[in-house]
Amino acid sequence: MSSQTTLPLEGILVLDMAMFLAGPYAALRLQDLGARVIKIERPDGGDLCRRIYKAADDDTDSIPFHTFNRGKESIALDLKNAADREVMFQLIEQADVLIQNYRPGVAERLGLGYQDVRKLNPRLVYASISGYGTDGPWTQLPGQDLLAQARSGLLWLTGNAEDAPTPTGLAVGDVLTGANTVQGILAALVRRGVSGAGQLVETSLLEGLIDLQLEMLTVFLNNGRQQPQRAKIGNANAYASAPYGVYQTTDGYLALAMTPLARLAELLDLSSLQPYLADPESPLKNRDAITRLIADRLAQQSADHWLSILQPADVWCARVLGWPELLQSEQCQRLDMLQVIEGANQVRLETTCAPLRLNGQRPHCSTAAPPLGAHSEAIRAEFCRSKPAA
Amino acid sequence: MNRYDDLPLQGLLVVDLSQFLAGPLAGLKLADMGARVIKIERSGRGDLCRQLYVSSTEIGGDSTVFHAINRNKESFAADLKNPTDHQRVCQLIKQADVVIQNFRPGVIERLELDYQQVRAFKPDIIYGSISGYGEQGPWRDRPGQDLLAQARSGLLWLSGDRANPPTPVGLPVADMLAGNNLAQGILAALVRRGINGRGCKVETSLLEALLDFQFEVLTTYFNDGQRLPDRSGSNNAHAYLAAPYGVYQTADGYLALAMTPAPGKLAELLGIERLAAYSEPKSWFEQRDEIKRIIQSHLRQQPTQVWLDKLQPADIWCAEVRDWPSLFAHEGFKVLEMTQQILRDDGVMLTTTRNPLRFDDCLLKSSRAAPRIGQHTEAIIQEFGL
Repeated sequence: MSSQTTLPLEGILVLDMAMFLAGPYAALRLQDLGARVIKIERPDGGDLCRRIYKAADDDTDSIPFHTFNRGKESIALDLKNAADREVMFQLIEQADVLIQNYRPGVAERLGLGYQDVRKLNPRLVYASISGYGTDGPWTQLPGQDLLAQARSGLLWLTGNAEDAPTPTGLAVGDVLTGANTVQGILAALVRRGVSGAGQLVETSLLEGLIDLQLEMLTVFLNNGRQQPQRAKIGNANAYASAPYGVYQTTDGYLALAMTPLARLAELLDLSSLQPYLADPESPLKNRDAITRLIADRLAQQSADHWLSILQPADVWCARVLGWPELLQSEQCQRLDMLQVIEGANQVRLETTCAPLRLNGQRPHCSTAAPPLGAHSEAIRAEFCRSKPAA
Repeated sequence: MNRYDDLPLQGLLVVDLSQFLAGPLAGLKLADMGARVIKIERSGRGDLCRQLYVSSTEIGGDSTVFHAINRNKESFAADLKNPTDHQRVCQLIKQADVVIQNFRPGVIERLELDYQQVRAFKPDIIYGSISGYGEQGPWRDRPGQDLLAQARSGLLWLSGDRANPPTPVGLPVADMLAGNNLAQGILAALVRRGINGRGCKVETSLLEALLDFQFEVLTTYFNDGQRLPDRSGSNNAHAYLAAPYGVYQTADGYLALAMTPAPGKLAELLGIERLAAYSEPKSWFEQRDEIKRIIQSHLRQQPTQVWLDKLQPADIWCAEVRDWPSLFAHEGFKVLEMTQQILRDDGVMLTTTRNPLRFDDCLLKSSRAAPRIGQHTEAIIQEFGL
C-alpha cells in the first residue's frame, strides 16, 4: 500500500512469542494490516521454523520461515535469564498484543501466563493458541496440523469413497486457527477502545478444524449422526448431489458445481440420464450411478469443448488449473497478490501478500523476515528504561 | 463455563446483504462476538442458501446449512428495487457500523448500495465486500462458487496420492477462508475507526483467500526452482514434505505420522530393519515413496493402539485417525464443549457447533436460531424509525 494511506492497525505493537505456523500467521496478518510485530526468540536458534527442512550444514533460514515472518523484527531473549526477563516485562508493559502458542502450562511456568502479565499491563490483549484446548486428556499432545486434522474427522471428507482417509495437503488447521486468533485479537482491541481493558483470547487447532466443518457437522448432528459417505468418483463434498465434483476430459479436468440434472442431460446430449430426471431426490440417492454416466461422457472430449457448451448456458463449471496456468492468467495478475521481499544476507524471495484490499489498495511490505536477534539492540534501546546488559 | 455477558463487539450493528456462505460466515463470526447482525433478505425466497439442501434434512422449511450459518441473526425482508424498501435499508445503514455484501461485481452498483453511494450518506461505514475473483479482469463475472474457485486456484494438486485425479478439499474451504478474512479486515477497520473516526472499504475474494491459504507451498514453488507439487505415490499428506509425513493403514484403522526429525529412532521404535539403509536424512526426501511403502507394509500388521503405545511415549508426532462419531465420543473433544443447542420460537431445535474462540475463559455460545424470512421486519422498522 502506498505510504500516504494509513493502515488500520498503525500504532499497534504485537509481541509474537509463537513458533511455526498458526501464531506467526496471525501476527503476519496483523502486520499486513499495519501493526508492528516483534518476534521474541530464544538466543539458541530462535523459532524452530528457521531450521525446518534444512540440511545440518545449511545455516540460512527456511523458506517457510521467511513466508510466515516477513516484515517482522526479532529480539533474542533467554526467558530463564533474569536480565532478559526484565526486558520482556518492559516490552509487555508497552505492547498492545501478545501471541503465544506454547503447550498448555509452559507460559505459566515461565511467569508469562495471562494472569501474570495482566498485572504488568491490564490493557494487553493476550492470545493463546493450543492444539486441543487447555483442559482434558489431549492438552499435552503435540499441536501439529496433520495430527489435529487426523483427530478432527476431516480426513473422511476428502478423496473418493474407496480412498484411504485423505488429509488436506497443507496446513489447513494452522491457517484457520491463525485467522480465528486474528479475529479474537481484533475484537478484543475494539472492546478495549471502549472499556480500556485487555482480554485473554484462546483458541486451538481442533476448535478451528471443527469450525471449518461447521456446515457439514451441523447436517451430521441433526441427521441421526450418520457419517457421510464420500462419492465413488470425483468427490468434492460427501453430502452433495450429482453432478457436484471433478471429472476427467481428454486433456485435463473439469469441476462441475450444483447443476440441475435435466439441463445437464440436454447440454451433454446424455439420454442415459433420463431415468433419473423425474425424482428430485434422485441426484442425491443415485449420486454414484449418475456421476459415472457423466464421467464417461465428459471423458470423450476436451475440457475446452465442454466449457464452450456449458459456460454460455451458465452452467457452473471450471477447468482445473495448476499453479503455472493460474499464475499466467490475467485474473491472477490483476489481483496483484504477489510481492518480492528483500532483506539481510542477500535474502530475496517472492511470496504472497495479504488477501485483503483496503480502500481498493492491497497492503504490500517488501521487508524480509529478520535474522535471529537482528533488532535486539535497537529494541532494547527503544523500550528499556534502564538498558540492562545484553 | 459461564455465558459471556460482556461480549467484545456489543453495541455494533451489522447490516448483512450477503447470501450463501462466505459473507454470512463473516456475519456469523461478528454476531458470535457480540455484534447485532440484521440480514436483509428478498421477500419470498430470501437467502438462496435457505434452499441449499445437501441432505434430505430440512428444519422448519430451511436447509440445515442455512441454519448452521445464520443462527444468532435477525431477518429484515426488503425488495431493494422497491424505492420504499430501498429507503428503509438506507436509513438502517445510517444507524449501522458495518455493511457486508457478496453480489456478483456490478450488481451492488445497480442497486445503488455500493461503497461510494453508501459512504455519501454514511461516511464512517465499514463496508465489507466478497467476490469470487476480484472486481476486475476476465473472471469477474464467473460464479463465485467454492468448488470452481478451488479448481482454478491450483489447490486440487495438493491432496490425494499421485495417481489420484486432482482432489478438492471436500468442504467449502474457500468460502470459510474468505469469510474469515473479511471478518479480520472489518475488525481491523473498526479498530481504526475507534481511533480516527474514518470508514473503510474492505474487499476480498475466494481466489485471494485460496492464494493466501497456499502461501507456504506457493512461496516454496516460487523460490525453490519452480518445482510443481508432486504428491507422494502413497500416503500423501503434503506434496513437499519428506517421509514419513502421511496417513497409514493399520490392522484396524489409520495412523497419521507427522514430521519426524530423527527417522532412525522411528525405524527402531517400529522395529523396521529395512529402514536402516536410509540413514542419510536427505534420503527421506529423495526416496520418500519407497520409505513410505516400507512403513505402510509394516504398520498394516498391528492395530493403531499398538503403534501409538510405542511412538507417543518417545514423543514421535503421531495420531489415530478419527471419524466424527469416534471424535465426539472422546473426552478430549467433550471438554471443548464445541457443540450447542439452538432453539427457534416455532419449536425448531438443532445442534450445531460454537464459535472457535473463548474470551476470558468464557465460550461464545448463543441459543438463538436462524430467523424466518422477514421475522424481524416490523420490529426493526419500529426500533430504527424506518
